[in-house]
Amino acid sequence: MNIIVCIKQVPSTNEVNLDPVTKTIIRDGKQSVTNPFDTFALEQAVQLKEQYGGRVSVLSMGIPAVERLLRDAVSRGADGGVLISGREFAGADTLATSYALSLGVAQTGDFDLILCGKMAIDGDTAQIGPELAEHLGIPHVTDVSKIISVEDGSVTVEKSYNGGHQIIKVKLPALLTVLKDINMPRMPSIAGVRRGIEADIKVIGVAESGADTSRTGLAGSPTQVVRTYTPERNSEAVVIPGDAAEAAAGIAKIIAEVL
Amino acid sequence: MSGLRIDRELCIGCESCIMTCPQNALFMEDGKAQVDRDACVMCGMCTDSCPVEAISIEKSGTSPMGEAEKGDVWAFAEITDGEIHSCSKELIGKARELADRLEAEAVAVLVGGDSVKPLAGTLCRSGADRVIAVCGEKFEGLFEEEYAAILGKLIDEKKPEILMFGATELGRSLAPRVAAKVGTGLTADCTILEIDEEKRLLKQTRPAFGGNLMATIVCPNHRPQMATVRPGVLPMPQEDENRKIVVEQYDTDVPKPLKELISVVKAESEAKSISDAKIIVSAGRGIGAKKNLALAQELAELLGGEYGVTRPLVDLGWSEYTHQVGQTGCTVAPKLLITCGISGAIQHLAGISGAETVIAINTDKDAPIFARADYAVVGDCVEVLKELIAQLKNK
Repeated sequence: MNIIVCIKQVPSTNEVNLDPVTKTIIRDGKQSVTNPFDTFALEQAVQLKEQYGGRVSVLSMGIPAVERLLRDAVSRGADGGVLISGREFAGADTLATSYALSLGVAQTGDFDLILCGKMAIDGDTAQIGPELAEHLGIPHVTDVSKIISVEDGSVTVEKSYNGGHQIIKVKLPALLTVLKDINMPRMPSIAGVRRGIEADIKVIGVAESGADTSRTGLAGSPTQVVRTYTPERNSEAVVIPGDAAEAAAGIAKIIAEVL
Repeated sequence: MSGLRIDRELCIGCESCIMTCPQNALFMEDGKAQVDRDACVMCGMCTDSCPVEAISIEKSGTSPMGEAEKGDVWAFAEITDGEIHSCSKELIGKARELADRLEAEAVAVLVGGDSVKPLAGTLCRSGADRVIAVCGEKFEGLFEEEYAAILGKLIDEKKPEILMFGATELGRSLAPRVAAKVGTGLTADCTILEIDEEKRLLKQTRPAFGGNLMATIVCPNHRPQMATVRPGVLPMPQEDENRKIVVEQYDTDVPKPLKELISVVKAESEAKSISDAKIIVSAGRGIGAKKNLALAQELAELLGGEYGVTRPLVDLGWSEYTHQVGQTGCTVAPKLLITCGISGAIQHLAGISGAETVIAINTDKDAPIFARADYAVVGDCVEVLKELIAQLKNK
């Protein structure tokens, strides 16, 4: 069973601070981490490999520094990685990113399953998984909370749905996006760290990827951010004063006004 | 070639952009900002941080669409438990408004078995000029892949200008497949939709970076302009019995299914999904003990709303995951949110950015929740809850 895990570099959330003057987010680019949701996808892939054999490849699109995260993934059980990188890929929205990743999939060889995290914590779009599946022409299941079995060219999964869940059997190859807490991601072992350092990480540029550059990066992105702003708030919250009884009366009054 | 441009004439060397860049792609040279093109990912953070508008992103390579083709405004009608999903009705209301502004038709796309056909009436009464009904036995129990194939075909044939989905579990999974199929842009989880009538551009605003930032996104050169919209943020249209019911039957092939539904387990609690709730009383660790959580539940019941909790309470086993509010739980957009003993971690705030009026009760006057709240009570939430419940019952 060959599995591809898509990972994204995101800013470490603890670093998110608003600049009081400019109201923009101040981040330290050095503190980038693997999107936490993707670590569950990686662990799931490694567990499936341990159960069914095969190979786990990690795939990302990003700046050259992302190679570090792919090596980290190898130290946690992946066998190799592919990084799609180059100026032509920069500024990509989800359509252009999923297209670039579909080219990366072609570089990893045959696969049975692609695993992604539920979403990235910086963008929150949760669009890459289904878009990538569509580019590849394979089925997908989002919000997978458990992989029940793999047999007869199908995988049976539990999908969290409307507070309950569905059991869905899907033909391979397929793409799944997994929820957090589907497992407990492992720490790298000493031997793993060594494997990570020595791992073969393919860095694929635009030429090797065979990309149609009208479909990559900013040029290939239909959407444009035209404005970002901090949500308008009534500068300060209105304080409801007094002891518990007075505060409760104040709240009751506001409830009556609002509803 | 596309890229970041810094106007050296305008740059005042304030270094704001350098502080903001998540990639460390900007640096100072001779007192002016410079960009390292290999590190820049053109995320646009710096363009917003620049106080003198010296930074811009230049885009080349996309041919402009020319004269914008006029088309209709579509909303995908999601069916849940044999009814039109409330969020889909909200979308119809918005489609009606947008269509009027664009002098186009508001169209609902209804896909499903024979039993859903009568729902076309609800859709028209809610504001649709026309329902494209793709109904019949073979359209029952479809998955994203089949829906996407049908919608892709419909889009190619009928060329809608705008297509909206609810940001529900199905919508968030289906809309990206459709967008990739037809090669257009998609904005996730919008909370505000506006229209630039002249350019016929849908201005789609969504919270980003944990709700600390709102981003307005457009899709200038590709059609349809696609968005998923959070449930509960758009007003629910009143059904109008006098509206004409126009149904356009549509038939097409259904691709062979690649998935099979083996079984369904409904939510254990009878509680409705909190993501649709109009009133939410939510509790965090400051509630102190599991038994106090009953107070939040009682208040929610009194107000006819639902109760929510922060992640730590779910981790402690005090409540079910279905009640968790926040980035890794449910995103909520109630008209009224009362938070009890919630300090307001950024991951939690990300889940409540769509809330209209927020009343926060917390003992720590410096808690981040107060920066988000409209009304603040600095005090013990348990005492305040007891008082409030007593007062409401006495009314």
